[in-house]
Amino acid sequence: MASVEQEVIRIIAEQAVLDPADVTPDSTLADLGIDSLGLVESIFAIEEAFDISVPFNANDPSASGFDISTVRSIVTAVEGLVAQKA
Amino acid sequence: MKRVVITGAGTINALAHDVPGTFEAFREGRCGITELEIRDKDRLSIQIGGQVHHWDPEAHFNRQQIVLYDKFTQFTLLAAREAVGQSGLNFDGHLGYEAGVVLGTAAGGVNTWDENYRTVYEEGKNRVHPFVVPKLMNNAAASHISMEFNLKGPSFTVATACASSNHAMGQAFNMVRSGMSRAMVTGGSESMLCFGGIKAWEGLRVMSKDACRPFSLNRNGMVQGEGAAVFVFEEYEHARKRGAEILAEVVGFAMTSDASDIVMPNKQGAARAISGALRDAKLNGEEVGYINAHGTGTAANDKTECAAVADVFGHHADTLMISSTKSMHGHLIGGTGAVELLACIMALKDGVIAPTIGYEEPDPECALDVVPNVAREAKVDVVLSNAFAFGGLNAVLALRKA
Repeated sequence: MASVEQEVIRIIAEQAVLDPADVTPDSTLADLGIDSLGLVESIFAIEEAFDISVPFNANDPSASGFDISTVRSIVTAVEGLVAQKA
Repeated sequence: MKRVVITGAGTINALAHDVPGTFEAFREGRCGITELEIRDKDRLSIQIGGQVHHWDPEAHFNRQQIVLYDKFTQFTLLAAREAVGQSGLNFDGHLGYEAGVVLGTAAGGVNTWDENYRTVYEEGKNRVHPFVVPKLMNNAAASHISMEFNLKGPSFTVATACASSNHAMGQAFNMVRSGMSRAMVTGGSESMLCFGGIKAWEGLRVMSKDACRPFSLNRNGMVQGEGAAVFVFEEYEHARKRGAEILAEVVGFAMTSDASDIVMPNKQGAARAISGALRDAKLNGEEVGYINAHGTGTAANDKTECAAVADVFGHHADTLMISSTKSMHGHLIGGTGAVELLACIMALKDGVIAPTIGYEEPDPECALDVVPNVAREAKVDVVLSNAFAFGGLNAVLALRKA
């Protein structure tokens, strides 16, 4: 089974219409051309893929406790949510 | 061009089942947002709304009507009865040919869709009630109003998401102003506080789980509401000759399209609609004393709306009052502009400005007089009502004291 990182990168790459190889841990969503709607759709795909609930309110992304500043921070946050579930 | 006045108003919403009760709630700054009472609420992450409680359709409609009327139609008819009753108009004679009905709704009979999807998908039945289509169609409410009051002129329904009611009332205004109709029944309604209706909104992640706090720094999203408001727009001379009570005059309307994004608002599009309404009404910006804001309580709307108001009014933006009554009745989506027009009428007629309740912390990006938490007595002669919809469709009405 793919690692959390590989799966998150696959989801983000699909949203950005990029090859997963072009999505690095340091990329920001803005770098990848993902806007607010793309972000909401990516979070939905992450929730479906890992069967988790991501605490995210589009009104104030920074207050959600789900750090979306880079691909790496998203991976870390998803790993945390997956671990909580286990 | 004819002058257009409002001679009747009616409503049902989370605050009250009529206009006097709604005005009282506005004056008291009462919140109508509560825990939802709907089926499968435990599967929703959003569990609050501006729901109409104590709704008893059997008190207003007979069995044959109830099987034909979705809740959005029931709400609309109740509001229309109050409005037409207040106007004193009777459309049974020739006037019926010169009067019509234009209503706004974003989604029409959502409860009917929801209930019947359950029937076929969840319960696995292969048969639905024969009236599903005439109940759910977006124009059902307009058509039933036309039948109940014998309105035989131009009649239709407008769907522009959260601006539907303002677009509808703008059409009614222009029809009376141009002489196409002598009187129009107009407004809007929405009833999507059901499992599917809320679940769909949850997906966008713009909903608050606790309260609607427009313009407050700690706001965290919108709260859905339901209900209807309906008005009678009448040609001024016709109203004057029969000695009707005039609640307010409708003096201008403008609509614009952002042509930019399906969900994000746009300052230029909003500002063009506001300034367009002023131009249409031949008003000077300084004459505007109050604006009923779109004020959804989302970060995106409130900042953009305040910036648009500041752009249009310049220094006067710091003097005028702007409040969002969505903090009390929730966001009625396609019906919201109609319920909010009541706050405009109250401001002009009674000299009371409805507050923005739930206001806790100033936001430097919304640094206008938002009439926080407590209603205010103030004499205003001209007011605006803003509506900015998903899809970038904006509609602003201008009203003047009668």
